Amino acid sequence: MPKDDGIGASTKRREDTRFLTGNGKYTDDINLRGQAYVHFLRSDVAHGRITSIDSTAAEAMDGVLKVFTAADFEAAGGLPCGWQVTDRHGQPMQEPKHPILAEGKVRHVGDPIAAVVAETYEQARDAAEAIEVDIEELEAVVDMVEALEEGATKVHDDLSSNLCYDWGFVEENKDAVNEAFDKAAHVVSLELTNNRLVANPMEPRVAVGDYDPWGDSHTLYTTSQNPHVIRLLMGAFVLNIPEHKLRVVAPDVGGGFGSKIYHYAEEAFCTYAAKVLKRPVKWTSSRAEAFISDAHGRDHKTKIDLALDADHNFMAIRTETYANMGAYLSTFAPSIPTWLHGTLMAGNYRTPLIYVNVKAVFTNTVPVDAYRGAGRPEATFQLERLIDKAARELGVDPIALRRQNFIKADQFPYQTPVAVVYDTGNYDATMDKMLDLADYANFDKRVEESKARGKLRGFGIAHYIEACGIAPSNLVGQLGARAGLYESASVRVNATGSISVYTGSHSHGQGHETTFAQVVAEMIGVDANSIEIHHGDTSNTPMGMGTYGSRSLAVGGSAIVKATNKVIDKAKKIAAHLLEAAPEDIELKDGKFSVAGTDKSVDWSGVTLAAYVPHNYPLEDLEPGLEETAFYDPSNFTFPSGAYGCEIELDPETGKIDVLRFIAADDFGNIVNPMIVEGQVHGGLAQGIGQALLENCVYDDQGQLLSGSYMDYAMPRADDVRGFVVDHSCVTPCTHNPLGVKGCGEAGAIGSPPAVVNAAIDALHRAGHTHVTHIDMPLTPARVWAAMQA
Amino acid sequence: MHNFEFVKPSTVADAVQALAAEEAQPLSGGQTLIPSMKARLNAPEVLVSLMGIAEMQGIRHEGDMLEVGAATTHARVATEAAAAFPGLAGLAAQIGDPAVRNRGTLGGSLANNDPSACYPAAALGTGAVIVTNAREIAADDFFLGMFTTALDEDEIITSVRFPIPQKSAYGKFLQPASRFALTGVFVAKYADGVRVAVTGASENGVFRWSEAEAALASDFSAEALSGLSCPADDMIADLHGSAAYRAHLVAVMTRRAVVAAS
Amino acid sequence: MPRVSMKVNGKPMAAEAEGRTLLSAYLREGLGLTGTHVGCDTSQCGACVVLVDGAAVKACTAFAADLDGAEVTTIEGMANADGSLGRIQQAFQDYHGLQCGFCTPGMVMSTAALLAENPKPTEDEVRHYLEGNICRCTGYQNIVRAVMAASGQDTTALAAE
Repeated sequence: MPKDDGIGASTKRREDTRFLTGNGKYTDDINLRGQAYVHFLRSDVAHGRITSIDSTAAEAMDGVLKVFTAADFEAAGGLPCGWQVTDRHGQPMQEPKHPILAEGKVRHVGDPIAAVVAETYEQARDAAEAIEVDIEELEAVVDMVEALEEGATKVHDDLSSNLCYDWGFVEENKDAVNEAFDKAAHVVSLELTNNRLVANPMEPRVAVGDYDPWGDSHTLYTTSQNPHVIRLLMGAFVLNIPEHKLRVVAPDVGGGFGSKIYHYAEEAFCTYAAKVLKRPVKWTSSRAEAFISDAHGRDHKTKIDLALDADHNFMAIRTETYANMGAYLSTFAPSIPTWLHGTLMAGNYRTPLIYVNVKAVFTNTVPVDAYRGAGRPEATFQLERLIDKAARELGVDPIALRRQNFIKADQFPYQTPVAVVYDTGNYDATMDKMLDLADYANFDKRVEESKARGKLRGFGIAHYIEACGIAPSNLVGQLGARAGLYESASVRVNATGSISVYTGSHSHGQGHETTFAQVVAEMIGVDANSIEIHHGDTSNTPMGMGTYGSRSLAVGGSAIVKATNKVIDKAKKIAAHLLEAAPEDIELKDGKFSVAGTDKSVDWSGVTLAAYVPHNYPLEDLEPGLEETAFYDPSNFTFPSGAYGCEIELDPETGKIDVLRFIAADDFGNIVNPMIVEGQVHGGLAQGIGQALLENCVYDDQGQLLSGSYMDYAMPRADDVRGFVVDHSCVTPCTHNPLGVKGCGEAGAIGSPPAVVNAAIDALHRAGHTHVTHIDMPLTPARVWAAMQA
Repeated sequence: MHNFEFVKPSTVADAVQALAAEEAQPLSGGQTLIPSMKARLNAPEVLVSLMGIAEMQGIRHEGDMLEVGAATTHARVATEAAAAFPGLAGLAAQIGDPAVRNRGTLGGSLANNDPSACYPAAALGTGAVIVTNAREIAADDFFLGMFTTALDEDEIITSVRFPIPQKSAYGKFLQPASRFALTGVFVAKYADGVRVAVTGASENGVFRWSEAEAALASDFSAEALSGLSCPADDMIADLHGSAAYRAHLVAVMTRRAVVAAS
Repeated sequence: MPRVSMKVNGKPMAAEAEGRTLLSAYLREGLGLTGTHVGCDTSQCGACVVLVDGAAVKACTAFAADLDGAEVTTIEGMANADGSLGRIQQAFQDYHGLQCGFCTPGMVMSTAALLAENPKPTEDEVRHYLEGNICRCTGYQNIVRAVMAASGQDTTALAAE
């Protein structure tokens, strides 16, 4: 059994104490002396030319300090894009400028036109109403396919079209893929939409900019998943502030799910305005503002084809996807439909030939970027829906068809035709586990029980793979990333033996302060309560890349292991000196150093004290102190996988679907804190089920957002999701990181949407509605009912 | 939101006087008004809280009539009306969520007449009498279409008198985001007939489904409704459902309300 | 600006408030009690739920002036007298009923209101009662477990249908 606070223990979270007593410190809880407030005047039309802005009246209003427009940012750069995709013809993507405040044109509802800074928030908002803006409205480009038609209105006048890129992967395989389809015994096709979503962390975004003339230095407090990335992007590309003059702090952050990765205009604005006005400047987003200014997620339209031979072996997959970029390129937007999507199109299956085509399109909508799963849910949804459809068309069992084509446990490492190498996995094991937990053997009985109550029961399956632990820097550099994707850690051992760990990862719900302490406690053998985890402040943590892509433990945790190992190595040398033995004979166990084969020992604090009070110390060979920093750059992605089973009941009168049980059998490799892992899966499942049944971000054809508040954007509530059964006992440890961990943050959101939709189609088919082969998400009661009537 | 002068009178007379001021508006629970003020869709100069008026609070049961003070919260109706008029209590218990029910009031809901609100279905479905500071208005004359009522400017609802039916129930199909009614049907059976009122479905706000009333009058059972469908003309079509779907739900929720009431 | 007085977490307190000052702003900015969070502007998310005279109320959808003289309990008032976690708070920690912590104050306050009304709620009653509190992190299962545990009930059967 694991120790109470070591690896494998469900240690209670230490961060909970402050959150449960109202002592959390979120960005909006920060109020600086002399702080002023900004309100952004945002476009209420989707597309238009700004002909004039008159802020005279606003400037004269009570409390107003200044009204900013694009003219105030002539010296600043645009918000940079962190990933350059190269198209199928070897050309770089089209990359328009993304200004802090709109320059000449507004390109989506919510595009900021002007910013009013005033003594109070309400004064700023009052004054914003007095700004006179004339906009010549232009035709809005909303539909992705129409946006690429000849003669379509252009979102960006200076680009050749609304096409950001036309990407082919693997381009060299295209002809071979087409030939395979010509030879196939069966071809199954599906057209589907991956619905646009809004991440909706419960904490809206906040930024507080502060300028200190004493050191000519800036501080930005912001709701970010990666403060170092913001410091680099904003400092180097937007405001021209060197890193040593810019501190970015992301304190307690109330959820992110991807939407707080990106560098946003409001951050740059507050940082800049604080210097101009010589006062701290604060912005707190309302929820209404969040809907039109936080990056959205998903929004793909896809046609996918599967070729099978006469024995139902998969021969080839071919897809054509339109991916919405929105009006501007958000920080990592171009990478999502390409490298985080195309590389996963093999799924868990041996499909020798794959060709993925993605057309990324500019539209007059909010920018779209990563949202929990980011590209991988889109890939999984296509594949797992299509396999279900194939099984139905071929008249075979969807489980058997999957198993027949699974990469088998003895075939790892497995090179897919889409560039990645899966290190480990055992897909039959997770499938077996899921079916067992689901009591699938007795499902037919439950169908009858439901039928007796006038309800339709269905069971849907999905098996997913994801690439996590992003990512090897040299590889992503070749793929267009303009950043490295290592992670960092400093382990500072204090004189009395307590330990301060500084990580470049950022925790905004994931429980790092608990989990990371468990790892260090296990390695050294000290009480986890003597270890403090620090994150979120660029002034005291080493350059880190932050938290997203289920990378924190696999990459950030590996950096902590590496730094801790350096500490242990040095501590052993000190212990060897104190014990008059050779370092290689020193063993560390349970916080005690001993000489192998003897009863000579010194405890942890004896060594740490010697490091800082080096009276009896090998000063000629060893520096005093005990503090080490490590950077860990992964050699491969990690590949979590799992089998998901969803059991639903459908009310044929109303079309309403209730998820009765949801079984998740995941292989996350080794696990540090099972309680936290379970919680991560629960959250992912709720978001995935939300996408499948409830959530939909909808624009009308004028580019007006119809689902711009919780009155119309349906967030899953406590009575919408239930019956989660989560298992992670199937373990094939990752082969290339020290903890053997894979990552668990996104799995739930990746695997669940196709399982839910497959369950709905299953229920309909069992009840004779065999004409329904697909319903686009979300499967609202109205859509299901309409499909049944068709 | 824009600032305003806040007044909190303790009598109806004082409230009416305060409302005579330029750009004055009444505030009861505020569960709809405050969000609309935050969005700057509504900007009164004077806001007159009705929550301190004792005579507008509480529930009075007298024979076949239940009178509910207009400033009585949904939560109070849900518990205190349960014995005398379970159909009404059941409807009140389905409005919004617990915290909304602790603030939102009957009078506020009726005066606002949101086309998807629950209470208008109860008022129209019982043929209630809307009592104001100036007069009494029959529910059939009160609701004049989406967000429109027979109330005059500065007229406030003080109470509502509900004739207690022999049997009644509210069938609500949730709009999953707002938790308002995508379609809600209140069915009430009286000695002299049946009333069926539908909310959430029509562009014109709450309405009576007279065909269903006629069918149920002779046979108060779900079977009596079979084959009956509500026309989709004038039904709301939005991202949560088409006009045809809402029309279909009217029939489904009516049947379910009848079953629940039986 | 008029002053508004309330008894907050058992202590008499007062701060200036405009007509438009919401209870949430009064608590956060007027009294410095930043445990009450604001997550939306349409009275949906429930991050701001506090108890007003014992009843759960969305603090973002009530004017401070309208509640002059009220007794208010916020998340800051939920710990035991010795500062240790109260029964509901402890259950949320024990059952991992929170992740980012932003919705948590509202969840805890709604739970307090629920258990005052209904000391032994069923799972369905818990889920129904919490419909006005949105959590984006937990998928609610562990919140429901925590509430059941706080009411002294067995939580082991919760996962299964």
